Amino acid sequence: MATEIQNIPTVAALNRKDFVTSNDVRWCPGCGDYAILNSLQRTFPELGVPRENFVIVSGIGCSSRFPYYMNTYGFHTIHGRAPTVATGVKLANPALSVWIVTGDGDGLSIGGNHLMHLLRRNLNVTVLLFNNRIYGLTKGQYSPTSPVGTKTKTTPSGSIDHPLNPILFALGAEATFIARTVDNNPKHMVETFKAAHEHQGVSFVEILQNCVIFNDSAWDPIYGKENRDDKMLSLEAGKPLLFGKDKSKGIRLNGLIPEIIDAATVAPGEILVHQPDHPSPLYSQMLATLNLPDFPTPIGVIRKIQRPTYESLIHDQVEAAKARKGSGTWEELLHGDSTWTVE
Amino acid sequence: MTPSTRGFREMKAVVVRFAGDSGDGMQIVGERFTDTSVTVPNSIATFPDYPAEIRAPVGTIAGVSAFQVHFGSQTVLTPGDEPDSLVAMNPAALAVHLQDLVEGGLLIVNSAAFTAENLAMAGYTTNPLDDPAIQKKYEIIPLDISGLAVEALKDSALTQREKLRTKNFFALGFTYWVYSRPIEPTIAYINAKWATKAPDLAEANIQVLKAGYFLGETTEVTRNRYMVARADVSPGTYRKISGNEAIALGLIAGAKKAGRELLFSGYPITPASSVLEALAGYKHFGVMTVQAEDEIAAIGVAIGASFAGQLGVTATSGPGMCLKSEFIGLAVSTELPLVVINVQRGGPSTGLPTKTEQSDLLQALYGRHGESPIPVVAANSPSDCFRAAFEAVRIALEYSTPVILLSDGYLANGSEPWQLPDPASLPEISAPFADPSKPYVAFARSPETFARTQAIPGQVGLEHRIGGLEKDGKGTISYDSDNHSEMTRLRAAKVEAVAKSIPPLRVTGERNGKLLVLGWGGTHGAITSAVELLRAEGFDVSSTNLRYLNPMPPDLGALLQGFERILIPELNSGQLCLLIRARFLVDAVSLPKIKGRPFKISEIRERALQLLND
Repeated sequence: MATEIQNIPTVAALNRKDFVTSNDVRWCPGCGDYAILNSLQRTFPELGVPRENFVIVSGIGCSSRFPYYMNTYGFHTIHGRAPTVATGVKLANPALSVWIVTGDGDGLSIGGNHLMHLLRRNLNVTVLLFNNRIYGLTKGQYSPTSPVGTKTKTTPSGSIDHPLNPILFALGAEATFIARTVDNNPKHMVETFKAAHEHQGVSFVEILQNCVIFNDSAWDPIYGKENRDDKMLSLEAGKPLLFGKDKSKGIRLNGLIPEIIDAATVAPGEILVHQPDHPSPLYSQMLATLNLPDFPTPIGVIRKIQRPTYESLIHDQVEAAKARKGSGTWEELLHGDSTWTVE
Repeated sequence: MTPSTRGFREMKAVVVRFAGDSGDGMQIVGERFTDTSVTVPNSIATFPDYPAEIRAPVGTIAGVSAFQVHFGSQTVLTPGDEPDSLVAMNPAALAVHLQDLVEGGLLIVNSAAFTAENLAMAGYTTNPLDDPAIQKKYEIIPLDISGLAVEALKDSALTQREKLRTKNFFALGFTYWVYSRPIEPTIAYINAKWATKAPDLAEANIQVLKAGYFLGETTEVTRNRYMVARADVSPGTYRKISGNEAIALGLIAGAKKAGRELLFSGYPITPASSVLEALAGYKHFGVMTVQAEDEIAAIGVAIGASFAGQLGVTATSGPGMCLKSEFIGLAVSTELPLVVINVQRGGPSTGLPTKTEQSDLLQALYGRHGESPIPVVAANSPSDCFRAAFEAVRIALEYSTPVILLSDGYLANGSEPWQLPDPASLPEISAPFADPSKPYVAFARSPETFARTQAIPGQVGLEHRIGGLEKDGKGTISYDSDNHSEMTRLRAAKVEAVAKSIPPLRVTGERNGKLLVLGWGGTHGAITSAVELLRAEGFDVSSTNLRYLNPMPPDLGALLQGFERILIPELNSGQLCLLIRARFLVDAVSLPKIKGRPFKISEIRERALQLLND
C-alpha cells in the first residue's frame, strides 16, 4: 500500500475517518468485530496521540485481522505471539501507544504463556481480548473459554475441558488494569478503551464478542435485551454494586462469600462499593468469579492499581549504567578487562 | 621467578589437559594456565570440556570436568589432538582421560584421591597407578596434592575444608614449574579476585601455588622440564576472548557501525546463554537485553524491536532453533532485519547439551515451512565470532532480512588471543529508514540489493501494515497466484544478491591441484593444521573454509573445478557434502564425525592422505 503524504492531520483535528483504511473489511456480516472496530476508530482520535504513534499488533484469528483496518502502524504476526512482538516495539520506543488485538484462542490457548508474562511484567500497552468462545477462522472448533459440553466438529459429544475465565487469568498474572466490556454497547467500549489507554501499565480488556456464524448469541444470556438488567453488573468506581431493573438488587459479602440481596431491605453500608484500586486482590477475585447462572456478570473496570512499568524499568537500568560508567566507547568495547601488547 | 635452566626440553607446542571433579576448580586452573601462556606470548587455543550436570556426585565419572590448553611457539589453530601431559585430580578423571594421553606422556596425579572408595566409583578394581603396563607407558608423577596443599597451610586459620579447596592451585603451581611458566600473572589474578574481600583466601591460594612450584624446584620428582619459546606473534594489542564473548562484541560493533540500537532477547540454553549474560553487561553501550519467557518470545521481542527501528537479535541452540522457526518465517515474509544465532550442540532433542556438533546446517538453510530462503554465515574460530557476528548484522540490515549465524559449543567455550581490530577498519553499515517526504511503498526494492526500506512507527505519514500473509509489491495482501510466484522469486533473489558482497575465498595452498579439503565453521583450525602438515610433507593439497553457507561464495564453483578430489570433514553426517554435491555436481567425499567432540588434526590428515595416495 502506498501511503499518502498530503493532508496529515494535526493531533487535535484527528477524527474517525483518519483511522479508516482503504482495505475492504472482510469479517462476516453481523460479526461483533465491526462494532469493536468502529469504537476503536472513534476512541483513537480522542486520545491526544499523533496517528503515527499508534501501533496495533495482532496474532492470528478473526480478531487479528484488525490491524489491516486501522490506519496506523500495524503488525499482523503469528498465532498467539503478538504480546512478544508488542514487547519489542514498546521497548524500542516507549513513546508509542501499542495495542494488542487477540482472541480467546490466540490469547488464551496458543498464546497463553506470552499473555501471562506480558501481564506480570506490566508493559504499558493495552490488550483487547475478543472473547467469542469459539474458533472462528478455522470454522467453529471449541475454544479455551467454551463452556463444558460445547458441541463442535471436534467435540461432537460435547467439550469436556473446564473453561478459562479470562479475568481470573489476568488477575492470576497480577495485571494492573483489568476490565470487561461488550460488543453491543459502543459507548461502554469507548469509555473502557479510553480508561485502558490512560492507565500507566498493562491494560487487559476482555470484550464479550458475538460470532454470528459459529457461536451466535453466546452472550445473550448476559447482554441480551431481556437479560441485561438482571445479568449484567455495571461497575463504577465509588458506586455500590447494584443491578436489576431500578437497581433493586445489590451484592454484599457474607464472610468471604458474595450474596445477592434486595437493596431496599438492607442498610446502604452493607452493599459493597466498587473499588478498582482495592489493595486486596481478594476483592477483584470475588468480582471475577461473579458469573451466570447465580450472579450477574460484572462489566467495566474491575481492577486498576499502580506498579512501575516494564519499559520504564529497563530504560532506567540502561540510563543508570550510562550515568555510572559513561557511554561505552570503542576502546572500552574492544579492550575489555585486560589486554597485552606484542611489540 | 627465574626458572632453573637444567634439563629443559625445547618443544614447539605442548598440549596440557587438567581433569578433575567438577568441584575441583579445573576450569579456573585451565583459564589461569591460558592467561599466563598468552603473555609469554605463545600461540594458544583452549577447549573446556565440562559435564551437563552442575554438580554430579563427587568422584563419579559423570562429574569429571576438564580443560585442555594447546600452546606453541608456532601458530596453534586447535586445542590439540592428544594431551602431552594430563593432570588427574581423582581416579574418575584418570578413567575418562587416560586413553587420550600420548604414549610417554606426563601423568600428574593427586595420589591422595586414589582411595578405595574413589577407585570403585571410577570403576577400578585395582589401583591403576600400580599397574606395570601404565607405569611403563607413561611418566607417572604421583603427588599427594591434597596433603601437600594442607601442609603448606599449616599455619593458616582456614578450615580444613577450605584448605583442601586450594589443591587446584598446587597442581597449577607444579605444572607451571614443569613447563617453566611464570607464576606472577596468577598471583596478580588471585590478588585482584580475593585480596580485598577474602585476604585469607588470597594468601592461602598464593602460598599453595608457590608450594606447588617450589616442590618441582626443590625435589627430584621429575627430571623432565619443558620449554616452549615465544611465538612469532604479529605486533599489536591482544586480549583473550571466547566465542560467545566475541559474538557479543561483534553485535555491538555492528549496531554501532549501523547507527542502530541493539536489543538482544534470549532464553537460557546451553551453550548460548553466555551471549545474553555478556550483553547484559553492556547496558551503557545502549544495549537492551531481555530474558524472555521462552524461545519463541525471545525471537518475537527481537522482531518487534526491529519493526520499531532497533536491531533485534536473539541467540539459542538447536532445540531453541526448532521453536523459533515459525517466527523466522515471519521475518522472511515481512523482510525485517534480524540476527538469529545458533550455538550448535549435539542433537537431536536434548542430545548432548554441553558437547559440540555442526549438525544444524541443513536446518539453518531449510528448516522452515514454505519457500523461505535466508542468508547463513558461520564463525570459524572463537575470535572469528566477532567478524562473523558483525557480518551477520551487516547482511541483516543492508538486505532487510533475517540472518542465521552458526557457531558451536566448541567455539563458544573455547578461547584464544584476539588481536584487537581498528574500529575504523570495520565497514560502515548502511540501512537508512524511509524518507518521510516521499510516498512510502512498503515492499518497494533497491535495484541493487533487492532490499526493502523500513518505515518505523513514529515516522509521520508513513503508517502502514505488515504481516505474514502474502503481499504484493506495494505491501497489500494478495492471494494472487502469479504474485505469489513473483514474490517468492524476489525473496530468493534478494538472498542471492548477498553473494555480490562476499569477498573471494581464502585458500591455504594453491587454487588448483590434487585435493581440496573444504570445511565450514569450527573445523577450520583442524583442517588448516592438517593441510599445512601435509603440505610441509610435500603433498599437493589445499583447503578453504566457508564463512558463507547461503548464498555460497561466487568463486566456489571454479575453485572446486580446479581439484581432482574434494574432501569435506564435518561434525555431522555429511550435510555440507550433500549441498556441494547437489549444487556443483562434484564427487565430493564426506568425512563425518558425530561424537560430540571436535576433529583431531590427525583424523583429517589420515583421511586426506588416503585420498592423496589413491
